[in-house]
Amino acid sequence: MTLADLKQGQRAVVERVQAQGILGQRLLDLGLVPGTPVQAQFVGRGGSPVAYYVRGSLLALRRTTAAQVVVTKEEDWQ
Amino acid sequence: MKTSGLVVLAGNPNTGKSTVFNALTGLKQHTGNWPGKTVELKKGSFRHQGCTCQVVDLPGTYSLRAASPEEETTRDFLRLEKPDLVVVVADATCLERSLHLALQVLQLTPQVILCLNLMDEARRRRLRLDPAKLEQELGIPVVPTAAVRGEGLDMLKDAIVQMIQGQLHPQPQTVSVQEGEAAPVLYRRAEEIAQLVVQGPREPTASFTARLDALILSPRWGIPIMLTLLAAVLWLTMAGAGYPSRLLAEAFGCGERALSRLLTTLGFPLWLHDPLVFGLYRGLTWVVAVMLPPMAIFFPLFTLLEDFGLLPRIAFNLDRMFQRAGAHGKQALTMAMGFGCNAAGVVAARIIDSPRERLVAILTNNLVPCNGRFPLLIIVGAMAGSGAVPQLPRALAAVLVVGAALVVSVLATFLVSRLLTATILRGETSFFVLELPPYRVPQVGAVLVRSFLDRTLAVLWRAVLVAAPCGLLTWILTNVHMGEASLLAYLAQALAPLGRAMGLDGMILLAFVLGLPANETVLPILLMGYLSANALLEVQDAAALQGILLANGWTWLTALNFIIFAMFHWPCATTLLTVKKEAGGRWALLAALLPTLWGMALCLLLTKIVKLWVM
Repeated sequence: MTLADLKQGQRAVVERVQAQGILGQRLLDLGLVPGTPVQAQFVGRGGSPVAYYVRGSLLALRRTTAAQVVVTKEEDWQ
Repeated sequence: MKTSGLVVLAGNPNTGKSTVFNALTGLKQHTGNWPGKTVELKKGSFRHQGCTCQVVDLPGTYSLRAASPEEETTRDFLRLEKPDLVVVVADATCLERSLHLALQVLQLTPQVILCLNLMDEARRRRLRLDPAKLEQELGIPVVPTAAVRGEGLDMLKDAIVQMIQGQLHPQPQTVSVQEGEAAPVLYRRAEEIAQLVVQGPREPTASFTARLDALILSPRWGIPIMLTLLAAVLWLTMAGAGYPSRLLAEAFGCGERALSRLLTTLGFPLWLHDPLVFGLYRGLTWVVAVMLPPMAIFFPLFTLLEDFGLLPRIAFNLDRMFQRAGAHGKQALTMAMGFGCNAAGVVAARIIDSPRERLVAILTNNLVPCNGRFPLLIIVGAMAGSGAVPQLPRALAAVLVVGAALVVSVLATFLVSRLLTATILRGETSFFVLELPPYRVPQVGAVLVRSFLDRTLAVLWRAVLVAAPCGLLTWILTNVHMGEASLLAYLAQALAPLGRAMGLDGMILLAFVLGLPANETVLPILLMGYLSANALLEVQDAAALQGILLANGWTWLTALNFIIFAMFHWPCATTLLTVKKEAGGRWALLAALLPTLWGMALCLLLTKIVKLWVM
């Protein structure tokens, strides 16, 4: 499951960032490191972009970018 | 004891870093490029307790990894310029991410003060922070501030001066990390610290921002709300600019008479007096009178919306369409800026990191009409609308035509962007992450001053540079005669075949050419040509204007083609100069050719179709 699969209001925990290079770096720098709780809050028309709560801030990602972040449902995260 | 020092401000975007900078330095600041870098640095200074501090505001950044120009500039500046100390401006409502940057800065230098800003917002969100504990965990001075209210700034200045003078001895606890593992490790440490220091609700789901976003970011209401706002801003600009424009024109009229008397007294001959007064001076003051008031209204309004936090929301709502056009989501912002002034829209394209997508934004900006072109659309729009459908009231016709023009211009932006990204500017769509910061009450006073200094004056200055020589040229063309007719008439005759094919005439095309300094001057020049007057003049009454145009063979088709060409032709000289500065001469040429060819094609096509259909 990735961030792109979250429906409005759903929460999850980041497992890893798949993207390499600058994009991967940037996502990590924004705080999407393993173990970070996230919540999909606002979904744009047609499902992209989506705004997520990450560490107290609101970040909007295009669907293709969100699909690069692998997440786990909150209850399954150890 | 040191009596001066170099201080730099670093921090994430949207932490109120600029507010801290403005509060520290007041208006004693200027922008400049650091040698060899494209990113602009703001510099200023303040004096406190006998110590003069130079302050450099580094661009907002999320890390020091040199993956973007902002990150590279920040890191290189810290390494090479060796400032006396770094103030890391942290967001109290988003502490972990700010600490992630602070911990990276601490790996480069121990001379760091953490300015814990936005304490007022943290209080509003019922977050409780413990600055003393934070100081202990980091081993560096921590100063809580609410820069917008001026809270804590004296303490910040005290700390800065004390550290420059060696009275504070930071002993930071650095985190050692491997290059590849940096972010997770640093964030783990940031989380640890935040857990000790911050108490309160994690997500601001019940905040004012969240409630407003539920409306503004909603698929149903988002776009209607934005369109209403755009219409309101443009209406305020147009409606508010009329009176000050007239006042300015009157004042410049007095100035013209005074200048004329002065030159006469000094014994200037007529052949020198007339081009100076009626050409140079009148051309220059005309452009200032028509451009200054709308800009002085539009830019502050735009900056207010920017400060409120609306612009990233606009980008959010329009992103899907820009994505389809292969363009960057932030192009929505440069386009919105373009409605006020295309030159400012071109400058705004700096927010787009990828050079390819920045060029798309720059080259297509002129496809949306700036407020210099709205009067053309309104005046001639009323004529075209009521000419094509005589039952229509004039005002309604103007609104319909202008509304349609706006929609067409936005569609043209998507279409031409798509064209560019499919041909000469092909490439991967770069990712972008859009931060949606909380809505904030704009600082009205600072907005007025900064938007005037940064945007209005900058744009006006470039306009003035071109207006004076063009005014002179226009005067020469109308007043130098060869045989029976003026040079102007000969030129119009030469352009006539092309003009007629486009459903216009030679004089209209010539007016657009001579209107290069500012689109506002196109109609006055056109009237000057039609009436064979020898200096710029303005007809106040719309009906009289329409009479003149009709007498010169205008039909509703002429009016419609005029509107199309007014929307799609070369950018004004100010915009061209700006494109040249931002992207280079070759791209400025393309920025002129692209909309011109597009507009010509539309006019030729429309005229052909209508003539076939009517005949």
